[in-house]
Amino acid sequence: MEPTTKTETLDIEGMTCASCASAIEKSLSRAPGVQSAMVNFATEKATVQYLPGQASPASLKEAVVNAGYGVMERPPDTSAAERSAEIDRQKALAYQKLRRRFWVAAGLAIIIMPLSMLMLWPALMARVNMPLLNYALLLLTLPVLAYSGREFYVSAWNGFKHRAANMDTLIAVGTGAAFLYSLAATVVPEFFTSRGLMPEVYYDTTATIIALILLGKVMEMRAKTQTSAAMRSLIGLQAKTARVVRPDGAEVDVPIEQVQLGDIVVVRPGEKVATDGRITEGQSAVDEAMLTGESLPVEKKSGDPVFGATLNKTGSFRFEVTKVGADTMLSQIVKLVEDAQGSRAPIQRLADKVSSIFVPTVVVISILTFVLWFDLAPVDTRLPLALVSFVAVLIIACPCALGLATPTAIMVSTGKGAEHGVLIRNAEALEKAYQVNTVLLDKTGTITRGEPAVTDFLAPGQDGPRLLQLLAAVERQSEHPLAEAVVRYADAQGSSSLAATGFRAVEGKGATATVDGQAVFIGNRRLLAEEGITLSPELTAQAEQLLSQAKTVLYVAVAGQAVALLGVADTVRDTSVAAIRELQALGIEVVMMTGDNPQTAAQVAGQVGITRYFAEVLPAEKAGKVKELQAEGRIVAMVGDGINDAPALAQADIGLAIGSGTDVAMEAAGITLMRSDLHGVVTAIELSRQTIRIIKQNLFFAFIYNTLGIPVAAGLLYPFFGILLSPMLAAAAMALSSVSVLTNSLRLRGFSPIKN
Amino acid sequence: MDTTAIIVTIVGLGLAAFVLWYFFFSPRQTTSAVSSSSGVQEVDITVKGGYSPDIIEVERGKPVQLSFYRDEENSCSEELLMPDFSIRRDLPAFKTTLVELLPEKAGTFTFTCGMGMLRGSLVVK
Repeated sequence: MEPTTKTETLDIEGMTCASCASAIEKSLSRAPGVQSAMVNFATEKATVQYLPGQASPASLKEAVVNAGYGVMERPPDTSAAERSAEIDRQKALAYQKLRRRFWVAAGLAIIIMPLSMLMLWPALMARVNMPLLNYALLLLTLPVLAYSGREFYVSAWNGFKHRAANMDTLIAVGTGAAFLYSLAATVVPEFFTSRGLMPEVYYDTTATIIALILLGKVMEMRAKTQTSAAMRSLIGLQAKTARVVRPDGAEVDVPIEQVQLGDIVVVRPGEKVATDGRITEGQSAVDEAMLTGESLPVEKKSGDPVFGATLNKTGSFRFEVTKVGADTMLSQIVKLVEDAQGSRAPIQRLADKVSSIFVPTVVVISILTFVLWFDLAPVDTRLPLALVSFVAVLIIACPCALGLATPTAIMVSTGKGAEHGVLIRNAEALEKAYQVNTVLLDKTGTITRGEPAVTDFLAPGQDGPRLLQLLAAVERQSEHPLAEAVVRYADAQGSSSLAATGFRAVEGKGATATVDGQAVFIGNRRLLAEEGITLSPELTAQAEQLLSQAKTVLYVAVAGQAVALLGVADTVRDTSVAAIRELQALGIEVVMMTGDNPQTAAQVAGQVGITRYFAEVLPAEKAGKVKELQAEGRIVAMVGDGINDAPALAQADIGLAIGSGTDVAMEAAGITLMRSDLHGVVTAIELSRQTIRIIKQNLFFAFIYNTLGIPVAAGLLYPFFGILLSPMLAAAAMALSSVSVLTNSLRLRGFSPIKN
Repeated sequence: MDTTAIIVTIVGLGLAAFVLWYFFFSPRQTTSAVSSSSGVQEVDITVKGGYSPDIIEVERGKPVQLSFYRDEENSCSEELLMPDFSIRRDLPAFKTTLVELLPEKAGTFTFTCGMGMLRGSLVVK
């Protein structure tokens, strides 16, 4: 095999033509250790393959410099955590700056306001030099514009150059117009007086609008950081170090980035599990609530998987690392939530359309408002009226509320879902879950545990506990799922373990071994028949009864005598009955689907309170049953364990995969439930309902606010009631509108699933 | 209606027409992606009150790497949304943020800032 090469990309500086590129290519290719070099003139990048031993990024750079060009230093690749830390740092700085800008504006506005109102007291006015007062106000207003409001003007201008208009455009034009008018009235008042107009100034309006909008922004920014709080706490769960066992047996704390696959990591009580792996020794109870929402710690023993970021409670153990970095469950959850937060809800489409044309449209409306007022109002008041309405329209219009209505709710909700072990793939899934009126449950693995458990242990006239000990001793040697069920049952009954010798598995029939000097057989009826052991009439009757309940029967013989029966069945999860009742209480019809015969299906359905079910459904027919329900006009949510029901999950309006807290990569499902019980379905549907309700409120508010606010600001009420909206009130309304939408979305943070 | 009013009306209507044309109907800046040696289509985009270029043409089925350099602190542009690709990214000010995606379908996909005010589109051919 060839020695491994490394690829390095360099940002080249100073290339002026395509021939420069070939010159650099030549110089790089000649450098020792370089296998190939390619320079792209258009992107100004060089891609070099080299042997790490013979060349290095530094030597490559030298080769470029020798050719007469430069290499731009690129910031080193940073990890997601570092990048988010950088963003947080920048945001904190921006927040501080914003607050400072607000306080400057607010402080000055508080002085400017009363000074502008002097004219309300004619006695006082008479003693004040009007032009001088105006200049004083101008001086006070300038810092508000130049410092506090600067960003609005810069942003509006940058946007204008790109033929883009945003909220800043509205504020810049609105306050800019008020200020320029006032400036003219201050500097050349005679221009106004000569035309019979009062040289009125609007410095108070300008300053107050800027102060109020900045206040709105401060509140908005504070609220916005909370929308992603759940996400940040998820990222923050990541352990920083791991205690790795070195080959010599020493335990060393190493940074999590350096942990490699196959490393053995020690976890002591109370410590966080560093990354995903499999326990090699020791046992403990692990709190996995942060990943699955399951509040009870999970027992773990050798061979069981553990997950990074979960919390070790009681014992200590060692595990072998099986996943690191982006492959870990935590990273996958983070990625999933991130993706969901970036997705678009169909409900948002109209708002998106509106906001894309919003600002220019409002600018046009404001210009028309100005023209109408100017043309229709009495000559002596037309200019101030036109100006005030023009500014009010620009200021009251709030595209932010529209833009924030949906995404903020989705962000809070997806984060909240992850907290409860409900992973929402995208906003559309959330919207679909909201519409659901029928939930189709695949019986096995969702309503039931999906694994056999001993339900009956019948040993007439025998020493039951003692017998169980013997059975457990045999079955401990076996790997059959039914044997595991027997062992679990025995363990649960507190049987102590005995030693078994001469274990032998009889393919397709059962197993045998010698325990405590007695030959023990456990298996199906054929096993006993082959050994020539007959059943007593009593046991035969009991066996038939178990079989009629659709249970699997295990027959037990000790020392050549048939002595006991075990009934084994897939058992209903403890939580299923309650969860199904909760779903029904939400007005949802719950339908069950199973491969079992109609009797068994009826029995399970009756047990959990389901009235409609499909029995004897083959795996391939599952999707068809979903279609059948959809044909009845139902919006169907399909709940399955994702193993053989992927087509049904995909066919359903929304698929929910129950993931036993292990696998989050469930492509077919819109929602993945980390915890293996049906409460997650209730949580998902409730969360979606609350989220969509809040989104609807937000959108309604944002649309109504703008459709009412803009005409009122334009002076629609003036002809009828003489009401004209002051631009300052408009600014207050606008600041409040986006904050209200955000605050409404943040109510989702209080979401908690029905008690379970 | 006096002369002033007539002038104001004409200027106002003209201005309104200009605003409509300027923001909605004027020609835009289009750029095609450049494929690097490794087959990745690379585009550098500057974010400053808008995206330049704001119409980006790429080929279908080849990975695309968009480098967004945010050349301002204005909070408007701090978030980048590409809903069709489920991407929401924070763009740190005065830094380059790489966004990678694989366009599998042809069509025009918009990308916007957090509030949908700044817009650009990715045209997949």
